Amino acid sequence: MIIWFRALRAIVGRDFLRFVHQRERFLAALVRPLVWLLVFAAGFRAALGISITPPYQTYITYETYIVPGLCGMILLFNGMQSSLSLVYDREIGTMRLLLTSPLPRWWLLLCRLIGSTIVSVLQVYTFLVIAGVFGITMPPLGYVAVLPGLMMAGLMLSALGLVLSSFIKQLENFAGVMNFVIFPMFFLSSALYPLWKMAESSDLLRDICALNPFTHAVEMIRYLLYLDFSWPALIWVVASTAVFLGMAIWGYDPARGLMKRKTG
Amino acid sequence: MINGLKARNLSFQYGAKTALNNVSFEVSKGQFCALLGPNGAGKSTLVSLLTRLLVAPGDGEIHLIGHSLEHSPRNALAALGVVYQQPTLDMDLTVRQNLAYFGALHGLSRKDIRIRSEAALDRLGMLERAGERIRNLNGGHRRRTELARALLHDPKVLLLDEPTVGLDAAARAAITDHVHDLADQGMSVLWTTHLTDEVRDSDHLLVLHQGQILEDGYAGEIRGDLPLQEWFLLRTGDRS
Repeated sequence: MIIWFRALRAIVGRDFLRFVHQRERFLAALVRPLVWLLVFAAGFRAALGISITPPYQTYITYETYIVPGLCGMILLFNGMQSSLSLVYDREIGTMRLLLTSPLPRWWLLLCRLIGSTIVSVLQVYTFLVIAGVFGITMPPLGYVAVLPGLMMAGLMLSALGLVLSSFIKQLENFAGVMNFVIFPMFFLSSALYPLWKMAESSDLLRDICALNPFTHAVEMIRYLLYLDFSWPALIWVVASTAVFLGMAIWGYDPARGLMKRKTG
Repeated sequence: MINGLKARNLSFQYGAKTALNNVSFEVSKGQFCALLGPNGAGKSTLVSLLTRLLVAPGDGEIHLIGHSLEHSPRNALAALGVVYQQPTLDMDLTVRQNLAYFGALHGLSRKDIRIRSEAALDRLGMLERAGERIRNLNGGHRRRTELARALLHDPKVLLLDEPTVGLDAAARAAITDHVHDLADQGMSVLWTTHLTDEVRDSDHLLVLHQGQILEDGYAGEIRGDLPLQEWFLLRTGDRS
C-alpha cells in the first residue's frame, strides 16, 4: 500500500511543481473570477437583487451571491486546464510514462485528479482571501467547512476533464470542446443567478440548470461556506464524480486503444 | 519459461490497415536484439503493445521474465525499462526530479531513489548535471537522462524505441556501446532502429517489414557477405 502512496505523493508533487513554474497560469486563473466579482457583479448589483433563500439568513449583495459560483468557476477552468495538460502530456509522451507504471491505471488516474484538485483548491483560497480584502467575507468557520466541498467539486470537474482528454486526440480539437463544455456548464448553472430567477424567464432553462452537475457543485460550496449542508447537492456531486471517473477509466483502457495512432 | 521477453502471434490493425501481422519472437537473457525496420514497418505499434499502451486483440501473448502482460501486467511492467522515441521528460523539472518522479511511480522509497539515481547518473556521466533543468540540456544529455531513468528500477528487460534519433554520431555511438554493455551484464535488450550501423554482427537481429518478421537470427549470419545496409535495402527496398 505504501507504494501506492509514494506514487500519489510524486504525482501531486509534480503537479504542484508545474503549477509553481507556471505563474502566468496562476494569475490568469485568478484574474478571471476577480473580473467577474469586482467588475461584472458591481455593475449588476442594482439590477439583480437576491431575496432571502437558503443558506442565506438575510438579504445579500450580488457580489456575495456569486462568490461560490466563482469558486466553482476556478475549479471548472482548472479541471479543464488539467485535462488540457493531459492531452499535452499524451502528445509529448509523459502520459506514456505514467500509464506504463506497474500500478493500477485507475489509481494513477485518480492520483492525477487529486493533484490537479489540490492545485485548484489553493487557487480558490487565494481568490477567497482577495475577495475578503475587498470586503466580501463569509463566516470564519465557513472557510474551513468548505474545504471538503471544494475537494469533492474539484474531483468531479477534473474527472470530467479526464473523460474529455481520453476522447480527444489532438490539442486542436480540445479548444472546440472547451467552448461546448465550459461555457454551457457555467452559464446553465446557479453560479451567476439563482434557479428561481432563471425560472422567471424559462422553466425549461431552470430544469436544465437543475440537471447540471456544476449547479450542484456550486450549491454544495455555497451551503458549506455558510456552515449549512445540502444532501441533494452532495449526492449529485458524488454520483457525477463516480460516473465521470468510470468513463475516464474506460476511456483510458488500453484495450480501447487510447494511444491508437499510426506512428509506424 | 523465458527469462527475457517473449512475444507470440501479435497482430494489430488500425481500422482496415494492418500494422502487425502474426509477429512472434524471443529475446533471451543477456541478449542484445536489434529490431530493424524501415519507417512504417510497425515498430512503434509493436512498442505500444509491449508497453501495454495498446492491447492486441485475439490470441497474441507477451511475456516479460515469465509474467504475462495480459494477466499480470503489474509484475510484467515492473520488469521493464523503456526509452521511448518521443521525449518523455518533464522539461521544467531537473534531471534529478525527473528520475525521482519515475522512481516513485515504480514504488521506490526516497532513499532508494536517491541512491539509485546517483548510481545511474554516474554510470552515464550525468551526475554533474543532476541539478539542471531538462530544458537546458542538449539532445544527447536528454537521451542519457532517459536511459538513466529507464534503468532506475533495475529492469530485467530494456526496450529502446529508436533511441538515437536526432543525436550526433558521437552521442549515438556512446549510447549504443553503453546498451551493449548492459546486455553483456545480463539484461535483455530490444533496440528498435532503422539505422543499420547500430547493429553488430553478434547481435540478435529481427527484421520487421510491412508488419511481418522477415528475418530472425544473428546479424552476421543473416547479412552473409553483404554489408548489412546493402542487404537491408535489397530485402526491404528502403533507403535508410
